[in-house]
Amino acid sequence: MSEQPLRILYFAWLRERVGRAEETIAFAPEVASVAGLLAHLRARGEGHARAFAATAQVRAAVNQVFASPETALHPGDEVAFFPPVTGG
Amino acid sequence: MAEPRIVVAPAAFDVAGEIARLTEGRQDVGGIGCFIGTVRAESQGRAIVAMTLEHYPGMTEAALAGIAAEASARWPLLGCTLIHRVGRLLPGEAIVLVLATSAHRQAALDATGFLIDWLKTGAPFWKKEHFADGDAIWVEARETDAAQAARWR
Repeated sequence: MSEQPLRILYFAWLRERVGRAEETIAFAPEVASVAGLLAHLRARGEGHARAFAATAQVRAAVNQVFASPETALHPGDEVAFFPPVTGG
Repeated sequence: MAEPRIVVAPAAFDVAGEIARLTEGRQDVGGIGCFIGTVRAESQGRAIVAMTLEHYPGMTEAALAGIAAEASARWPLLGCTLIHRVGRLLPGEAIVLVLATSAHRQAALDATGFLIDWLKTGAPFWKKEHFADGDAIWVEARETDAAQAARWR
């Protein structure tokens, strides 16, 4: 039985640059942390590379809670990438 | 504190109606703190024709509930309301409403300030500004907002 994939969401200019609002990625040891997943996604295509070029401007949430690059990922997790928030 | 009222939706809000929700049928409220954020027609010297608010459905509501819970842990609040509009908004329109009620004014005013400062830096919303020439840019997070939120730590 294969493991549940990661569900990836993109918001704001990350969504525009990647060219989609969400996708799924097979779970593997190299994507078992936010930083690992980010490195994997950056190599996925031109849009992804553009979206993740300015790493300092990328924030993440895991299962709808703000996360850090070190946050561990598990099969079936929902991981979102977005710029620093600007509400209010 | 009563369950906070949290709304994330495109629709305009009714400030008087929202205040009435917090005060109706009770006589223990001594002060109502209120902040309303509105869309300015200008950004860094350029005229704005509209603003689009994007958010992360699900996480947004959870983040706002967490911020309301933090406020109620710090101040003796009787009630609190956080309403944030999303979608396309025009200059002059109200975008965010924060209400906090307490027996005394200082708690109501301080909690209101805390709520809007934390909302700006701790809830997943993103603003895009649309200019008259068709250009549109995502608003960048401001250091001053982070500093403003940090003073409550």
